[in-house]
Amino acid sequence: MNIIIVGCGRVGQTLAAQLNEEGNNITVVDVSAESVNDLVSRHDIMGVVGNGATHTVLQEAGIGSADLMIAVTGSDELNLLCCLIAKKEGNCQTIAKVKNPVFSAEAPYLKDELGLAMVINPEHAAASEIARVLRFPSAIKIETFAKGRVELLKFRIPEGSRIIGMSVKEVMIKLGCDILFCTAERGSEAHIVHGDFVFESKDVISIIASPKSASEFFAKIGYKSHSVKKAMIVGAGDTTHYLCDILQKSGISLKIVEKDEDICSDIADKWDDVAVIHGDANDKEILLEEGLEDMGAFVALTGLDEENILLSLYAKSVGDVKIITRINRVDYDDVIKHLDLDTTVYPKAITADMIVRYVRAMKNTMGSNVETLYNVIKGKVEASEFIVRENSPITGVPLAELKFKDNVLIAAILRGKKVIIPRGYDVICPGDNVVIVSGTMALHDICDVLR
Amino acid sequence: MNLRMIKYTLGWLLMFEAGFFLVPIITAAAYREREIIHFALAMAICAAVAALMLIGKPKTRTMYAREGFIIVALSWILLSIFGSLPFMFTGVTTSFVDALFETVSGFTTTGASILPAVEDLPRCILMWRSFTHWVGGMGVLVFMMAFLPLGGAKNMHIMKAESPGPSVSKLVPHVRTTALILYSIYFILTVIQFILLLCGGMSVFEALNTAFATAGTGGFGVKNDSMASYSSYLQIVVTVFMLLFSLNFSAYYLAFKCRFKDAFNSEIRAFLCIVAVAIALVTFNIRDMFSTVGEALKHSAFTVASLISTTGFSTTDFAAWPAFAITVMLLVMFVGACAGSTGGGIKVSRIIILFKGVIKEIKSLLHPRRVNKITMDSRPVEPDVVRGVNSYIVFYVLLFASSVLILSVENYDFLTTFSAVTATINNVGPGMSMVGPMCNFVFLSPLSKMVLIFDMLAGRLELFPMLLLFAPSTWKNK
Repeated sequence: MNIIIVGCGRVGQTLAAQLNEEGNNITVVDVSAESVNDLVSRHDIMGVVGNGATHTVLQEAGIGSADLMIAVTGSDELNLLCCLIAKKEGNCQTIAKVKNPVFSAEAPYLKDELGLAMVINPEHAAASEIARVLRFPSAIKIETFAKGRVELLKFRIPEGSRIIGMSVKEVMIKLGCDILFCTAERGSEAHIVHGDFVFESKDVISIIASPKSASEFFAKIGYKSHSVKKAMIVGAGDTTHYLCDILQKSGISLKIVEKDEDICSDIADKWDDVAVIHGDANDKEILLEEGLEDMGAFVALTGLDEENILLSLYAKSVGDVKIITRINRVDYDDVIKHLDLDTTVYPKAITADMIVRYVRAMKNTMGSNVETLYNVIKGKVEASEFIVRENSPITGVPLAELKFKDNVLIAAILRGKKVIIPRGYDVICPGDNVVIVSGTMALHDICDVLR
Repeated sequence: MNLRMIKYTLGWLLMFEAGFFLVPIITAAAYREREIIHFALAMAICAAVAALMLIGKPKTRTMYAREGFIIVALSWILLSIFGSLPFMFTGVTTSFVDALFETVSGFTTTGASILPAVEDLPRCILMWRSFTHWVGGMGVLVFMMAFLPLGGAKNMHIMKAESPGPSVSKLVPHVRTTALILYSIYFILTVIQFILLLCGGMSVFEALNTAFATAGTGGFGVKNDSMASYSSYLQIVVTVFMLLFSLNFSAYYLAFKCRFKDAFNSEIRAFLCIVAVAIALVTFNIRDMFSTVGEALKHSAFTVASLISTTGFSTTDFAAWPAFAITVMLLVMFVGACAGSTGGGIKVSRIIILFKGVIKEIKSLLHPRRVNKITMDSRPVEPDVVRGVNSYIVFYVLLFASSVLILSVENYDFLTTFSAVTATINNVGPGMSMVGPMCNFVFLSPLSKMVLIFDMLAGRLELFPMLLLFAPSTWKNK
């Protein structure tokens, strides 16, 4: 597929790398010759220097034969303009990144009236991810499939948990929960788990389950599974705005620390039940004074990665607080993983994931479609949800009799309102939603899992 | 440095060369020549060495600019060494240096020969000489990249090092597709020329050889007098195609995509201007030497096209022309073809950037505070590119001067020494005086031949890969 990406920022870079890897023809456009050259020398893609909102530049980038144009520059207005012009110039689908709350409220209007295929809001996506974790703090990360009916939860095995030393099989028999273990990360190792895997303390495990079974499971292994009551948020950017929006009337009381007075009063005007503290969060005293020790969660959402990480580590040292850290830079995640942080949120990676999912679905014209896609472990394991169409070779045969590729796990089958955590005798029927966890990258169709 | 990857890539390259030997083998079979054995032996050796080198796949395929340069430089050296095997086996040349000279001259599309009477040679040898032109013209590694998925994005480093011109850009997002498109254009143009030559009454063998030598802008002929004995029609066809092959190949792609404005860019315009002016000047200068002005025009057009495209065919002994004409022709040898073509020389785009740079300097002398930018086709030329062009020229002059110095030890006249280096470093072929179109390079000493071999390789690969190969810091692992 021919794809034009306007904007070579972090989202643009991640997208270019990932979409190129999946065999698309990528052309990147940016005003800065330096960032275009950097990207072009690293990947097998083409670069055009210029303003992506001009038709000459888009022409040069080959808008005429493009199937998709993705505008991910730092400016919302520019992104929207790019999409408008691309739509006029060529017969392609368009995706715009829009992060300003002002526009985002009008996303459906923009989508319909400007004919956009997708409006992506990284900040809003990050905020919903944070909100999910706040509601269920035992998990590091929660992704949802099929409108929340199935969840993929990542958690770190606490020290002294009863499942340490047990194998996956034993845990399944002893606890009798309807869940499925997907992946395990230990140090720098990461893989899809098999029945003989033995749990150790501090392993990061991901499971797939319905929300109810997940709560049961966490209760049984000795994790508290209730929502956070009080959360402290540092930094009041766009993500904080969206987070306040999502969490209002959720019973979680928020306290926001922000050093800019105008932003403080702005937030205070909008949400009167949110406590806004005007002060510099880098000052330990302020954090302690505002009751960091009594907080259920600490969310670092400033614009600086370093500050977020430092503050989070400090909060962690102060007390038993759930830590959520926002990180902009995508490429150092393997280092950050080793830090003692609970949940890290990468808005740029979330955005890239969403777009990649859309591209795969677009590419696919037969069989079934990718409904949802998450990177469970970056670059190694991903989880995708498919709808099974009629006549798929995967239907009507018990799973135990199908020949799957290595590193493929049928993680959940959703049939109507029923959630099935599949065992060998289960059968996939047409119309089911199937969640697949796979180590082989880039599944485009559910049949790709078969040998 | 990823030595395993370098070894592996070179292994594939030799495998391809073994495949190239099929062309002379088929020729030998068609004409029932006994040299088929020699070519088969060369092919076997080449394939065996290649197979040895392909043992042990590299663990990682990461390549950076350094590996790219080394691969390109070593490829061309290995290619030439193995390509010279048939010359030695058949006994056409007496020494290894001669055989190497002939092969390097072939692959670098120079066309400077040490063989005096080509008409007496076996046809398979002639075919091999012409075919090396064709393969070397567009680049062996580019050819390989079009068919082998080697290193993905990192292949760009190889393409950059092998393709002529100050800056290399892709036509389409993938390197491999770009390489395929370039080779398709190359192939189609060659076929068109072949058919036109056949229409003019050439035999299949001669037409094929001439088409190969023109396409690569090489210049090895199959006749002792090069193109002189052919009809005017054939000479005109060759003139036109020499010029066509010295245009930037991406222009054909853009024209095919109906982007005529982008295709007909300033480099091509400048190239055509230079050609027109040079033809006019030379015609005026030599008008008395031929019976009609038309005849003079034909000869001058052919010679200018042949020298500016760095092909090196001749229809007449242009070394015997007046001094003014000779000077004009020496100058166009330096200018060379367009970037991204199969021709050699300094390249028109570099000349344009240099000229604009000089104008910019003059302007900033007059108005020290004036902000001056070099632009081409109303786009700014990146400072990196300008710097690259400047250092290219410096290296070019240094290499040129030292080559002339070494050759002068032999004590031939200045024009011979000077034009021998000019003709090889610019990949033209024939020079003036004792190395003129009707003479050859056989009388030079082995040392001079080695220097010229280096010049040919350096000229074809645009200096840097060959120079980096001999820079100690390239090999230090830091």
